[in-house]
Amino acid sequence: MKKTKADPKGVLTGAHYLDGDYAIAEGGLAAGCRFFAGYPITPSTETAERFVERIPYVGGVFIQMEDELASITALIGAAWAGKKAMTVTSGPGFSLMMENLGLACMMEVPLVIANVQRGGPSTGLPTYVGQQDMMQAKWGSHGDYEIIALSPDSPQECFDLTVDAFNLSETYRVPVLLMTDECVGHMYEKVVIPPADEIEVVERKWYDGPKDEYLPYKPDEDLVPFMIKAGDGYRFHTTGLTHDERGYPVINAECQNVCVPHLVEKIRQNADKIIRFEEEETDGADVVVVSYGITSRVAIPAVQKAREVGIKVGTLRLITVWPFPEKRIKELAGKIKAFVVPEINYGQVVYEVERCAYGQAPAIHVPHCGGWVHDPEDIFKAIKGAVK
Amino acid sequence: MDIRFSGFGGQGIIKCGLITGKALSLFDGKNATLTQSIGPEARGSACSSQLVISSDRVLYPYIVAPEVLVCMSQESYERYEPDLRDGGLLLVDEDLVRNAKPRGKTKMYSIPATRIAEELGNKIVMNLVMLGFFTAITEVVSTGAMKKALPGLVPSRSLELNEEAFDRGYEFGREALAGSEKSEEALV
Amino acid sequence: MNEEVLVEETDEELNPAEDYLRLDRFPHIWCSGCGIGTVVRSFIEALQKSKVDLDKVCVVSGIGCTGRVAGYINLDSFHSTHGRAVPFAVGLKLGNPDLKVVVFSGDGDIFGIGGNHFIHTARRNMDIAVICVNNFNYAMTGGQVAATTPIRANLSTAPYGNFEYPFNLPYLAEASGATYVARWTSLHLRRVTKSMQEALTRRGFSFIEVITPCVTLYARRNRLGDGLNLLRYYYDNSEIEHGADTRTLDIDYQDKITVGKFVDKEKPTFLDCMNNYLSEVIGDEYRPYGVK
Repeated sequence: MKKTKADPKGVLTGAHYLDGDYAIAEGGLAAGCRFFAGYPITPSTETAERFVERIPYVGGVFIQMEDELASITALIGAAWAGKKAMTVTSGPGFSLMMENLGLACMMEVPLVIANVQRGGPSTGLPTYVGQQDMMQAKWGSHGDYEIIALSPDSPQECFDLTVDAFNLSETYRVPVLLMTDECVGHMYEKVVIPPADEIEVVERKWYDGPKDEYLPYKPDEDLVPFMIKAGDGYRFHTTGLTHDERGYPVINAECQNVCVPHLVEKIRQNADKIIRFEEEETDGADVVVVSYGITSRVAIPAVQKAREVGIKVGTLRLITVWPFPEKRIKELAGKIKAFVVPEINYGQVVYEVERCAYGQAPAIHVPHCGGWVHDPEDIFKAIKGAVK
Repeated sequence: MDIRFSGFGGQGIIKCGLITGKALSLFDGKNATLTQSIGPEARGSACSSQLVISSDRVLYPYIVAPEVLVCMSQESYERYEPDLRDGGLLLVDEDLVRNAKPRGKTKMYSIPATRIAEELGNKIVMNLVMLGFFTAITEVVSTGAMKKALPGLVPSRSLELNEEAFDRGYEFGREALAGSEKSEEALV
Repeated sequence: MNEEVLVEETDEELNPAEDYLRLDRFPHIWCSGCGIGTVVRSFIEALQKSKVDLDKVCVVSGIGCTGRVAGYINLDSFHSTHGRAVPFAVGLKLGNPDLKVVVFSGDGDIFGIGGNHFIHTARRNMDIAVICVNNFNYAMTGGQVAATTPIRANLSTAPYGNFEYPFNLPYLAEASGATYVARWTSLHLRRVTKSMQEALTRRGFSFIEVITPCVTLYARRNRLGDGLNLLRYYYDNSEIEHGADTRTLDIDYQDKITVGKFVDKEKPTFLDCMNNYLSEVIGDEYRPYGVK
């Protein structure tokens, strides 16, 4: 893994008034993304529009594909050609991408997918907010794999976390999902883009040993295999089938028992390095509100009100949703009376909190069907109810 | 401070929010979060943009009962006026909103924004006339910041026209304020 | 004694295709009498004759019997998901325009599940070659009816015979925008090789359909005999007609097969169009992509 500074060509240094969708495109360009394949879908399309407007001046490719199946598959091809690649979508398109999200995991290809979540299921509420794809992000493609998913709470973080998403993706040779939502995606706020030399970007570990010894799936010490580019003369093979270190299909349980644990452990064993969250006033708290994305902002007025009436309440904002901060939730669970988990869905991340609490503290869900954010009053009531 | 700009699609309602939000966030040192609600049709349907302004970070992104409501269509007036906070400010284009009235402690100011824009030679800058008017009446944002915010948000070839429209609206607003102060003094 | 000599000779003699194959993956999975191997043999010969830089050639397959080709060819080779070989190839090509990208897959893969990708990639005149081995059925899964199955042919999901109209692949390719379209059977080895050579050395979207015997499923279910019988059928019923109107190329069950090169024309590729157009409208500030 090579750390460098961002290429100034892609970095729009300065203070801007941008919506989250645009900020994602700027984050991608700053991170060195030079390949974007996408399909229009509300409320994510502005990211593609921004990218295609900017890329002719930066140098790279944008292609509007025939559907989302093609979009993500083209990213995998481009990533093997050596490019940093991204796409953006929303619920229905995210569902179509699940097939080849699995291929990207299996082939261990770095790429970034932003999902600007809207209310579902099905076509649902194209222009209104939801946080209903959080479990799909974790489990959506068939089979066992681990993935990284980040959740920004503002346009600024859409920029910052898109850069991080690329860096994580390149570091671990894994697709990274930026799980934002319509509210943040369509919300305009000030976004500060630093000078290029203040933006750290990571490039995947390129193999530079003897050509005939290259094994595309031989894990390095950090469990991440070295990568090469198509066209560099390695004559390598890669497949979506269960494969050995050479990338050759081996269709049996023994090989599966190496291939799949590798995909899972590569992330699990590096989880502490990947996971990021923000905690406030959790020391001595009776209640901890666990939230992410736009909901973590909406929860703060509720938390403030609860403190005003004397309830000891802390907050934990997930920046990385997957892998999940299991250890920290477990520690907190032993010290508090309850977790309160507001999210714009009928119960997703709350079950993960509940699992990680190991029965030491209940996880109280504050559901919302989507289309709007929570009324902070509902979150306040849940906090109050938790200490009764 | 919560502000709603409203009208119909194609009037530049979102642009009003963008210019004001950018002016406040980049040049006036405030936090301004802009959200928008648009109908599925690209043109003609009800449309509004909302700004939440704060010296601290904006937490709740939407507005419930705005302190300022700008209406540029009859439909938007009827739809959004009931939400205006008591004691809030109602700004209307007097040719597009008929029978607009203040209610309770709300204050109303009206301007023939479309007519002024037409006088300037292009109806399309009516939103800038309204923004100038809004800036004068509300004083939530500085004129300098608003002017600085224009490049990039209005076409560069019509920047001057947009500035002129803003100025005309601003002057109209100053006069309206002076007039209303006089009438208030007279009442005292 | 004679026998021993023969064996020795075979051992010493290198298969001319050896350098191009991943022999450590042999034996391959294809049935005896299957036509895929001969198409691969033609491809290798085309690689040799066209003298392309082998390091720059990428082979992409989808899923199915022909989908295994990528696994046996000793080049940068990608075994993608069902139907997605074409968009995978698009990503490779656009990711590095120096690559020569060849899709090698079956009719079910490219025109069943992947049909939408095919038409759009042809429409864009993307600079890739698509080789479609057409065996008239989904063979890997046990012989199901396909979008190419002739009417009346019997398959496991058409146990009373197929009654759906099949695609005329050259017509579909041309109508979609392919700038090179050819059809052969696996009997026409030298012609297949020549078409592949042309596809490897030209620019633009090339499509080559190769009709091959599926002995184990298609032929058995329809009592058409073994591989040799099918080759005999191709021999007796195929007619070479270069430049034929692609609208006339439907294939009826065990009936005439018109083969030949039907389309070969020059047209700017996707990247040509992108670079030319954006240079024109943006001017000097445009950064052309993939241009040396």
